[in-house]
Amino acid sequence: MATVTLFEPQSAPAQPRLNYLTEKTGLMSWLFTTDHKRIGLLYVFSITFFFFFGGFFALLMRLHLLLPQGWLFGHETYNKLFTMHGIIMVWFFLIPSIPNTLGNFVLPMMIGAKDLAFPKLNLLSWYIFMLGGMTTLYALVRGGVDTGWTFYTPFSTSYSTSFVITAAVGILIAGFSSILTGLNFIATVHRMRAPGLTWFRLPIFIWSTYATSLILVLATPVLAITLAMIGIERIFQVGIFDPALGGDPVLFQHMFWFYSHPAVYIMVLPAMAVVSEIIPTFSRKPIFGYKAVAFSSMAIAILGFLVWGHHMFVAGESAYAAMTFSFLSYMVAIPSAIKVFNWTATMYRGSVQLDTPMLYAIGFVALFTIGGMTGLFLAALGIDVHVTDTYFVIAHFHYIMVGGTVMAFLGGVHYWWPKISGKMYPEFLAKLSALTVFLGFNLTFFPQFILGYMGMPRRYAAYPPEFQVLNVLSTAGASILGVGYVVPLIYLMWAWKYGESAPDNPWRTTGLEWKTPSPPPKHNFEETPVVTWKAYDFEAQKEELHLG
Amino acid sequence: MTCLSLLLQGSVTHEYNLFFWAMVALCSTVGTGIAAFLIYCAWHYRRRSADELPSQLALNIPAEVTWIALPTLLFITMFAYGVKIYFDLERPPDNSEDVYVVAKQWMWKTQHLGGQREIDTLHVPVGRAIRLNLISQDVIHSFFVPAFRIKQDVLPRRYTSIWFKATVPGTYHLFCAEYCGTEHSQMIGWIYAMDPKDYQTWLQQGAAEGSLASTGEKLFHQFGCGNCHHFSGHGRGPNLRGLYQRPVQLSSGEIVIADETYIRESILQSRAKIAQGFQPIMPIFQGQLSEEQVAALIAYIKAIGPAPGGEMPSGPGEEMGDYGGITPDLSHPASPATAQPKPGVR
Repeated sequence: MATVTLFEPQSAPAQPRLNYLTEKTGLMSWLFTTDHKRIGLLYVFSITFFFFFGGFFALLMRLHLLLPQGWLFGHETYNKLFTMHGIIMVWFFLIPSIPNTLGNFVLPMMIGAKDLAFPKLNLLSWYIFMLGGMTTLYALVRGGVDTGWTFYTPFSTSYSTSFVITAAVGILIAGFSSILTGLNFIATVHRMRAPGLTWFRLPIFIWSTYATSLILVLATPVLAITLAMIGIERIFQVGIFDPALGGDPVLFQHMFWFYSHPAVYIMVLPAMAVVSEIIPTFSRKPIFGYKAVAFSSMAIAILGFLVWGHHMFVAGESAYAAMTFSFLSYMVAIPSAIKVFNWTATMYRGSVQLDTPMLYAIGFVALFTIGGMTGLFLAALGIDVHVTDTYFVIAHFHYIMVGGTVMAFLGGVHYWWPKISGKMYPEFLAKLSALTVFLGFNLTFFPQFILGYMGMPRRYAAYPPEFQVLNVLSTAGASILGVGYVVPLIYLMWAWKYGESAPDNPWRTTGLEWKTPSPPPKHNFEETPVVTWKAYDFEAQKEELHLG
Repeated sequence: MTCLSLLLQGSVTHEYNLFFWAMVALCSTVGTGIAAFLIYCAWHYRRRSADELPSQLALNIPAEVTWIALPTLLFITMFAYGVKIYFDLERPPDNSEDVYVVAKQWMWKTQHLGGQREIDTLHVPVGRAIRLNLISQDVIHSFFVPAFRIKQDVLPRRYTSIWFKATVPGTYHLFCAEYCGTEHSQMIGWIYAMDPKDYQTWLQQGAAEGSLASTGEKLFHQFGCGNCHHFSGHGRGPNLRGLYQRPVQLSSGEIVIADETYIRESILQSRAKIAQGFQPIMPIFQGQLSEEQVAALIAYIKAIGPAPGGEMPSGPGEEMGDYGGITPDLSHPASPATAQPKPGVR
């Protein structure tokens, strides 16, 4: 596409200033790029593919569940569908979603850097990610996996006859991509900040992404160990998890959730990061309680490591362990609550403009609040016993992961789209699809809270007829949600080519990334900026932004 | 209508309902409040001119303290109530009746103390606490009865337990809630909560070849267990009288409680944990006994209770009347609760 614009007859007679898209062209210039912005775009293409792939599986499942006995698939196929949906969405969409796309793109610009600390490592990380993704897809093509994304033992090690090891290898490989990206971000934030950009002048996006990176580096190795152990038990029959071989199946759950609970925060902290940029911009106010919001990201990252046992209240862990994990789970809810209150307070007495990114951000706050508050139910031991492993849990984590992370991702894509592509997106259509996503999402997942409380277990290929009405509502919602996701894909591609040219700072906001041209030149800044103001300091920049 | 009845039906304690619906009320109030505030801000503070710069106020310490402290207090209250209900679930009442459940891909097998066996169903009397002893033959399953608000994972080679008390007669769904393979969604059964009189009638109809403990007793003889496990102090194996729930000193120096899991392991993997003072000479019964048979043996060992004198010898060489391997009368099974701790074990 970039080549086309070069030969556009209407383009200005003088060759326009080169940017990161036009500076070099051709496939090779993309495959061997070390530019963080281009790598960010490589990730955008990859995870968009995985998102629609995993989403398609979800849609098939919802269609299947229109009838109590199911009608599209056999039970084995259904089981493989929810497994592949989970694996693809968790490891190949949600975890890399915001950090590797928007994070890659804007993090260096936000701190006034020319690139990440290790640009080649950044490209390597994308290749590793793709290798992991292809390996997992190979497992799918060969016949799929039927263990659920959680790989619970001894089913996964001694009973499943599906392609467990291939999928596990794919995830293990992708994990190294996570570790490298995390490492790169940590080094970049420590070493590459512009002069004057002290820690407490950093945008909240950086704080949250930094917290995410810590989790990526510290938790992912545990996943690698756990998956390797599955492989060792499956291939060599070494008893680690299977009690028939002398192992302990609950040990697997401890190890798995020691990674996978922090992984939830890998998915949602970057979403909080995006929203913490959008809300101040469209309220034209600094984020309320800056330090409280910044430290709550760090608190989430640390406490997030101490709550894994809340996935196991009925799994056979001791009552006192359960009590401890329940308490810590309530503690990790406090920083999330702090964030929600500070986001709303940011809007208070602001100058609020409901452009598309802001609609997504407000939608995020609402849905994240519902997801968070239903988490309070699950953290309560006595209630969790009933609702765990039911659709209540499905609804809860989709409110966080889809209502939260995907909403924030879409908000972020729209917010930085002018910077990324140099073009504006069609505002009315964008608002319409934001609304569609919000409504479709709630119609899909709200009935699932009720289903769960009524007792419908998760991962059921068929269900008793009394659950049908709510299942049909949920399927109806899913089809609306699907439309809400396809429309932005279409108009954003359209806008890339035909959209209006974007100004450098279309939202008239404060971040350093808006002080470069749209799209930015290869090395982001003509000269390294010197920062003398706090984050979101509209007052200090009001001359420059023509405000007040 | 069905939805509503499913939400409210069942045999749930008043306390559970109060807690759950109080949580719903509180969270919906707070959630609605936040949503209303967002909408209010979006409308009332909407941008009126493109260049306007609002007040840049961005910190209010009393507000921060309030919205940190208030949720913290509420969360601690929720935590405490949750623990209370959970600990009640963990501790069955003293007069609860044991039921043994074996889960396998994709079936529930239940055994009553009276010897009645069922598949994918369980009949229980209303008003009586039922304690489920759960074990899996293969992968992890989960015993879930939504109407009673109970769920417990069922593990291979390790007993877990949970209890419930049905208060309203009726038929309630039993689901497997832990994904267990292809036919996971077909691993569904029914709990029949019956009027105690009807339950007695049902028990009569279903009476098998004697009680579960007597089946265990037959197995005990069939496999020659009594040859070593005398009900006196002089066998080559430990005396099993009153063993259940007693601390056992192992040769490794460890002390374990003789619960269902320990007894099961000591039968099937007899050399895994050797009681102090005994030789590892017992044959390994893994593969020779089904989980149902092991359950019958456990029920038997629970039922034999302490020796008539009340004092409990167990180690070799202790002085006590020799019963010569003759098993005691089962018509007066002692409750496990009356089992005395073994003297000499600290």
